Amino acid sequence: MSALQPAGSGAQFHSIDGVYNFAYLDEQTKRMIRRALLKALAIPGYQVPFGGREMPVAYGWGTGGMQVTASILGVDDVLKVIDQGSDDTTNAVSIRRFFNRTAGVPVTEATTEATVIQTRHRIPEKTLREDQVIVYQVPMPEPLRKLEPRETETRKMHAFAEYGLMQVKLYEDISRHGEITTTYDYPVEVNARYMMAPSPIPKFDNPKMHAMPALQLFGAGREKRIYAIPPYTKVRSLDFNDYPFEPQQFDDPCALCDAKGVFLDEVILDDKGNHMFVCSDSDHCRDRRAEGHMGPRAREAAEKGYGADQ
Amino acid sequence: MYVATKGGEAAIENSHVLIAEERRGDPAVPELEAAQIREQLGGAVDRVMTEGSLYDPDLAALAIKQAQGDLVEAIFLLRAFRTTLPRFGASVPIDTAAMTIRRRISAAFKDLPGGQVLGPTYDYTHRLLDFTLVARGETPPVAPEEDATDAAMPRVADILGHEGLIEPETPPPGPEHPYDLTREPMQFPAGRDQRLQNLFRGDEGFLLALGYSTQRGYGRNHPFAGEIRMGTVQVEFTPEELGFPIALGEIEVTECQMVNQFKGAKGIAPQFTRGYGLAFGQAERKTMGMALVDRALRADELAEDRLHPPQDEEFVLSHSDNVEASGFVSHLKLPHYVDFQSELGMLRGMRASAEAMQKEAAE
Repeated sequence: MSALQPAGSGAQFHSIDGVYNFAYLDEQTKRMIRRALLKALAIPGYQVPFGGREMPVAYGWGTGGMQVTASILGVDDVLKVIDQGSDDTTNAVSIRRFFNRTAGVPVTEATTEATVIQTRHRIPEKTLREDQVIVYQVPMPEPLRKLEPRETETRKMHAFAEYGLMQVKLYEDISRHGEITTTYDYPVEVNARYMMAPSPIPKFDNPKMHAMPALQLFGAGREKRIYAIPPYTKVRSLDFNDYPFEPQQFDDPCALCDAKGVFLDEVILDDKGNHMFVCSDSDHCRDRRAEGHMGPRAREAAEKGYGADQ
Repeated sequence: MYVATKGGEAAIENSHVLIAEERRGDPAVPELEAAQIREQLGGAVDRVMTEGSLYDPDLAALAIKQAQGDLVEAIFLLRAFRTTLPRFGASVPIDTAAMTIRRRISAAFKDLPGGQVLGPTYDYTHRLLDFTLVARGETPPVAPEEDATDAAMPRVADILGHEGLIEPETPPPGPEHPYDLTREPMQFPAGRDQRLQNLFRGDEGFLLALGYSTQRGYGRNHPFAGEIRMGTVQVEFTPEELGFPIALGEIEVTECQMVNQFKGAKGIAPQFTRGYGLAFGQAERKTMGMALVDRALRADELAEDRLHPPQDEEFVLSHSDNVEASGFVSHLKLPHYVDFQSELGMLRGMRASAEAMQKEAAE
């Protein structure tokens, strides 16, 4: 179902625990969050303050994303949760279990099957569709915070679109190091107006945000801010004409599924400096291997007659 | 498949079992009951209720038991429960002048109407471990006959107020209902209502350290403990359909009124100024720290130079909440390998180009 419709029968639905409302939050709170989301969509990239609630999960562990997910989730949604690109990391498992328990919605690991994807630090490799929503967990919603600790100042800077401080920072990077040294949470400009923190995704993922068919929602629980990017919105990673933005590139393909042009995690194999690179997006990797793709290590393992994970 | 963290689901379940076992400790030792915690660990219960911002000694005791005595964890548990409670309104402001006093001291006056009431305090105990508590257990001492303290106990600040020597405490302009941080996000500049709520919920250790730093010169504000009073006050609520207040019950609170020297400024006559501290239960350390910080944060209002962290409202209010702080610090335990990988790649690239440049220079 589309994300911003009220979760219809949700109000009547009771979770397995029988105590908490559908998807944990009470309907009043969900309504408050949906209003913040609508405002955020009307002003792409602008951080909307909202009355963030205390969640039964620690601040910094996805409480913002969870509140957004809880507010948009309906009974016919299918939820996928990833952390670092993988469905199996402990916190992704924990959040998935939370919604499975409090909302009883079906969960999936397949990107294509999900209607709502909550993520921390990655955007899936498969292109997201119009009927999907991606919810980012955001630790620090303010892209200028590292340069100016005061909220009263940064709010003014946004109001006047006074972003020179960031340009100077990027320029100083180039003059000192020959390149921009920000590799994740790389600031973007949304809809040619607001500077926005994309959350700590690798800058590799930044281009995927541009003109994405899916709705992108961002929740920062501790800082109590919500922001959003409507579908097909212009998202530009900050750069200079003579120093254009460059996402990371990997020399080798995924050792297991042979994928190129995807984000890879380095896996250390022993204490002698041997390592391999594998897909950070575990669902993408699994799909490719199911289709018969084989990376160098998987092939080697197959030839020797044992699994790649041994 | 090669994902180092595969099996997260089973690992989480096992971890829950282990922590439950750990919490129980040696099964040969009798299990602690929540009621025992409530009755015998009052200091912990009071702190958890205050920073958890929910007055419920039973739930606080349960939280302390469940958290194995880790008070910040217990505060988190209580907050997470509190957030699910429906609210039916705001009480009438409590009247601490009408408090049923158990303890009341003033460091500013030797004697004052109503007198000094020492009450239960560790202040004049010698901090010697009492081994008899282990050997014989606690034998309930016979409490001395208490004089009924029904004497009128006006607040010290009110006594000074009659002479105009202390600034009057008037409600700030604006809406009658105070700001509620549990419903609205923090806003800067913060009103005093927002600040006091934040400090009430704030970490005792953080406020103690900040308050202490003002005494050592980082934003000195020349405080006197004008009055500290502890006892029970009535909580009243005015239901819309009745139109007059009805008593809901009693709560125990500690209140600290710091009286601070003030030489005056442009347009402000020399007078004593105030810092205010309040907490549930018996919490003198907390309320004194809070009062010092509240006063320090009035620097702008009183045209004082704002030079030190305790005077900086964005610094203090943004970092006082231990549930937020411990959450964000502990999130460093979550995997960050995507970010780390990005940094690793960049570092390798930079080192490679630096090496190449060195080589070039050497040739």
